Amino acid sequence: MNEFLQHIVNMLILGGTYALLGIGLTLIFGIMRVVNFAHGELYTFGAYFVYLVSTVIGVNFFLSLIIAVAFGCILGAAIEFFLLRPMRGADIDTTMLVMIGAMIVMQNTEQFVWGGVAKSVLTPFGESTLALGPVSVSWLRVFVFFSALALIAGSYLLINRTKIGKAMRATFQDRDTASLMGVNIQVIYMATFAIGSSLAAAAGALLGPVYVISPHMGDIASLKAFAIVILGGLGSIGGATIGGFILAFAEEVGAGYISSGYRDAMGFLIIILVLMFKPTGLFARSERIG
Amino acid sequence: MRRLLPLLAVLAFASIPLWLKDPYLLNACVTTGIFIIAAMSLNLLLGYTGQLSLGHVAFFGIGAYVSALTSLGFDIELFGGIRVVHEPWPVWIGFVLAVIIAGICGYLVGKLSFRVRGAYFVIVTISFAEVVRLVALNWVELTQGPLALTSIPPFTLGLPGLGYLDLYGKAANFYLVLAIGVVCYVIISRLTRSRVGRAMVALKENESLAVSVGIDVTRYLILAAVTSAAIAGAAGSLYAHYLRIIDPDVFMFLYTVTMVIMVITGGKGTLAGPIVGGLIFGFIPVVARSFASPESQWILYGALMILIVFVLPQGIVPAIERWFGVVDENEGRAKLEPAK
Amino acid sequence: MTISTPAGLAAPKPRVPALSVEHIAVHFGGLVAISDLNFDVNEGEVLSLIGPNGAGKTTAFNIITGFLKPTKGTVRYRGTSLNGLKPHEITGLGLVRTFQRTSVFQTISVFQNVMTGLHRRGRSSLWDTLLALPQERQSEKELRDTAHEILKLVGVEHRAADIAGSLSYGDQRLLGVALALAANPTMLLLDEPVSGMNASETAAFMRVLTKLRGMGVTILLVEHDMPMVMGISDRIVVMNYGRLIADGPPAAIQGNPEVIQAYLGVGAKKRARD
Repeated sequence: MNEFLQHIVNMLILGGTYALLGIGLTLIFGIMRVVNFAHGELYTFGAYFVYLVSTVIGVNFFLSLIIAVAFGCILGAAIEFFLLRPMRGADIDTTMLVMIGAMIVMQNTEQFVWGGVAKSVLTPFGESTLALGPVSVSWLRVFVFFSALALIAGSYLLINRTKIGKAMRATFQDRDTASLMGVNIQVIYMATFAIGSSLAAAAGALLGPVYVISPHMGDIASLKAFAIVILGGLGSIGGATIGGFILAFAEEVGAGYISSGYRDAMGFLIIILVLMFKPTGLFARSERIG
Repeated sequence: MRRLLPLLAVLAFASIPLWLKDPYLLNACVTTGIFIIAAMSLNLLLGYTGQLSLGHVAFFGIGAYVSALTSLGFDIELFGGIRVVHEPWPVWIGFVLAVIIAGICGYLVGKLSFRVRGAYFVIVTISFAEVVRLVALNWVELTQGPLALTSIPPFTLGLPGLGYLDLYGKAANFYLVLAIGVVCYVIISRLTRSRVGRAMVALKENESLAVSVGIDVTRYLILAAVTSAAIAGAAGSLYAHYLRIIDPDVFMFLYTVTMVIMVITGGKGTLAGPIVGGLIFGFIPVVARSFASPESQWILYGALMILIVFVLPQGIVPAIERWFGVVDENEGRAKLEPAK
Repeated sequence: MTISTPAGLAAPKPRVPALSVEHIAVHFGGLVAISDLNFDVNEGEVLSLIGPNGAGKTTAFNIITGFLKPTKGTVRYRGTSLNGLKPHEITGLGLVRTFQRTSVFQTISVFQNVMTGLHRRGRSSLWDTLLALPQERQSEKELRDTAHEILKLVGVEHRAADIAGSLSYGDQRLLGVALALAANPTMLLLDEPVSGMNASETAAFMRVLTKLRGMGVTILLVEHDMPMVMGISDRIVVMNYGRLIADGPPAAIQGNPEVIQAYLGVGAKKRARD
């Protein structure tokens, strides 16, 4: 029972950050129709940036989280401007190849700059833990969980309550009509990619300190994010949130009760099963084949 | 001229071991040749039917493992205590099984993944490759996991009564790869220049229209998937028996990416494309190794990939054809390279 | 409501139904696209299916050719039920369609377009192809000859070596018909073939259509160009709001008040606006 509770606690922490990854990708894929293979690298970028700013330079941990997310946003905008804007109108496979190229460059740059040895971030939380009945949780994890929840709520409000969010939703529904209604598509695309990238960077910045940081941590994060989007349905923040927790749950249970070696297989099995047997996603509204 | 070119290319390749004695470079030629075969197989799907399969390395790896395990033998216990013991078989049987089993996997994956198109197809194919990689990594009893399968026997060439010759040498392996490469090229060339190839290009161009003239789209997609997977399996088998050691890294996504870069650089949907692209990307590491670390080589790969998509989206071969004004002298022959 | 054929205007051809659309209904979710469609196309006949935009004509096309499944009803071609058949199987029965737009393979040559269309006429097996057996060469030669004949028939043979996407709009539509002909149709379904064509292109298209009809090909035409429809059709059926409102020869349709109100009125207004 205690073991199960421990899995649930882990699931919540992992799920929160997965949800951030998924929301970022569901916005980018839903609005821009770009399969963002670099998503996992933005996640890695966020983690390394926190390490750089807080542990190497010595800036306050909380401040470095904010800096990392801000730089994730800037990097996302730059990728959009230099790589995706010239490709506007190209088919989805072509932009996919560009993003794979970007992924390879970013991943190997990380490897080149930081080397293959894993890094760990020093946090102000130290080893202190919070006892919740039979399970104890480190304060760092508690902080990570609530920060993730706050960011999920923030992105929900951004999309549903702000002017730019409204324009993004309109673009998702029908780009041409939105454009006719006076929505500046170029701005929306850049904002979408920047927001999506900063959410991925935030996920890395939050989860990086919990574990260790290595150049390959983002390898399959893009695909996990895709599993989440496929579970939750395209363009749905609520769906991505639930999808993130489901994936985290499947991984925790899979790793805990089946075999830890197959932890990462859960996301792929989810992708394969959902697309094979319910290709519209579990919570999807829009059709996706064609 | 166009008919003569492939023959001249084969002769030129065949002469390489005669004048190239440096073992490092000859080794690069063999591995490049193996990757060119894999890229040719990917081209059938990516270039002709237009399906971006990013899980292609799975078939390469399955071929490598099937062939290695057939020739090494194994002793495993399945669920419920059923013990399966396999005694080592000759290498050529391993090769044949690699082709067949990779082809069967291609059929199954095709059956499942062609239900979706576009981005979802890509994601399903990658997921399949990752699941296979995790199985290779974790089914230690069968695959030795990260410890790798070692001492894989080399290919054997022999005639009954005349004795057998193990192909340890690089030159011998080079000729083996060249011979299999030529066979694969001929298969792909026959397919794509026939009714079958026209059907594949048609469904890439406009699926509804292809259906309306009576082309059974699923049939040709599956045919392309099976042929492509079987050839990739053959390449994997060559790889296993040449290197004589394989580990789950053979399933790395980056290998698929390497094949994709080769195909799009050379020119997807052209017969010569994967060969030209394969030669370029096979020899970049050779040139770059003296001054660049593996990471910076990969950075170069990634940047080149973006550059190619930006400036030469059709690839090198169509660009050269356009440059020389190559037109189809016989309009009856299938000209499948779009000369946009 | 159906208009009976006035004496003297009756089509001289024997009335053997080739295609029977039997009480087709199509619902998209709660939306009724076609409520109850029922008509026959006789062998060798040119039948036009007309109606205002959104009347369900293209939906009817998609049902007949298997691209959509009807909610209710059956389509039969020469006695065979098309229910559950895949589009390429329906093509195999000799029922071939064209599309409103995207009607050719853009990036390959005109000749290769037709060669592709000849797919089902190829006789070589996969093994013939792989082993380059004589059967393969023979079959390919026959296909090439047929392709030239078809290009000649529709009148674009002089562009055979050009990339299809480089043809003029009218020639692309003709090539679209050539593609359909390559699939060996006994009945052609043409979806707005002359929309967007200029007068001379339309005239060229009509000549091809007349040739085809002379060859005994049954034709079902969806078209907005009224002079063309009236000029070429043996019979016209009119759809509005997903159901049939009239069926008869051109002269009777022109005089039918319900049709005028439903269709020609809208068309006249539309033309005036344009």
